[in-house]
Amino acid sequence: MNNSPNNMSCAEFQAQLPDLFGCGEMIGDHPHLRRCNLCRALLADLNAIAEAARDLFPVEEPPHADALWEHIESAIAHEGVV
Amino acid sequence: MPISASSTQLPRETPRPSSVGVAFAPTDGVASKSATNHDTADILARAQAGDHQAFAHLYSIHKRRIYSLCLRMVGNVAEAEDLTQEAFLQFHRKITSFRGDSALSTWLHRLAINVVLMHLRKGKLQLDSLDEMMEPTADQRPGRSFGAPDIALSGAIDRLTLQRAIDDLPPGYRLVFVLHDIEGFEHNEIASLLDCSTGNSKSQLHKARLKLREFLRNQPRQEGRK
Repeated sequence: MNNSPNNMSCAEFQAQLPDLFGCGEMIGDHPHLRRCNLCRALLADLNAIAEAARDLFPVEEPPHADALWEHIESAIAHEGVV
Repeated sequence: MPISASSTQLPRETPRPSSVGVAFAPTDGVASKSATNHDTADILARAQAGDHQAFAHLYSIHKRRIYSLCLRMVGNVAEAEDLTQEAFLQFHRKITSFRGDSALSTWLHRLAINVVLMHLRKGKLQLDSLDEMMEPTADQRPGRSFGAPDIALSGAIDRLTLQRAIDDLPPGYRLVFVLHDIEGFEHNEIASLLDCSTGNSKSQLHKARLKLREFLRNQPRQEGRK
């Protein structure tokens, strides 16, 4: 195993990805990516997935929020403790 | 204190969640923190003292985030509403035990997560424990990622397909992905919520994204996609 960023294999680079993502570094500047199309494509896809998750799923109002509250209220009353 | 026969009026406003006894809070932005914290702390204190109107107010503040978390975890509106109801019932039963060691929203999220996990456990009888959920079997883990970069996902992911992909994730991966990438929690917050290490949270998130990539790359290409 070679730990130098310049000579990393794909397996070595990908093993480090969870930490690289988690530490907020600019992964795109990693030396391995300058010479590896496969890992560059992988990184682009993972970023696209994270971006889509952020953009496509806003916080939502429950569709029947008032009815839901009435059910909660009723269940609380049934339990007899408020 | 008994509830009156007529239903308690919910506050019309639905403020964004705020942190009480802030250790950390979900990262969805909290404006005017000091004033809001004071108000929310007062509402919480009244709810803990048995003021039903105050509890209704807490429901109004937190219902959207709790419902959204449940919805992303189960992918079904009716189930998500049931789980939201159960989470708020748990919240009501345990509200006097909240001591402010963490943000109220975090504490409530923890309750909701436990409700969701219990629900998933009932649906998958072979899953005996949270640990088992957090560590999927070998065939549920993502494969190695050395395939040719023939399909670029950027700009090609739609909401329905992504929701299907999320539904297909093992529960442990799904939970960390929902909490981090959709709900906006940081890894240290997830570690606290799930009682795991930050390293575990990072690893689960990465595996979740790899599984999602596998799923999305195997989808039939739609017209107009890149």
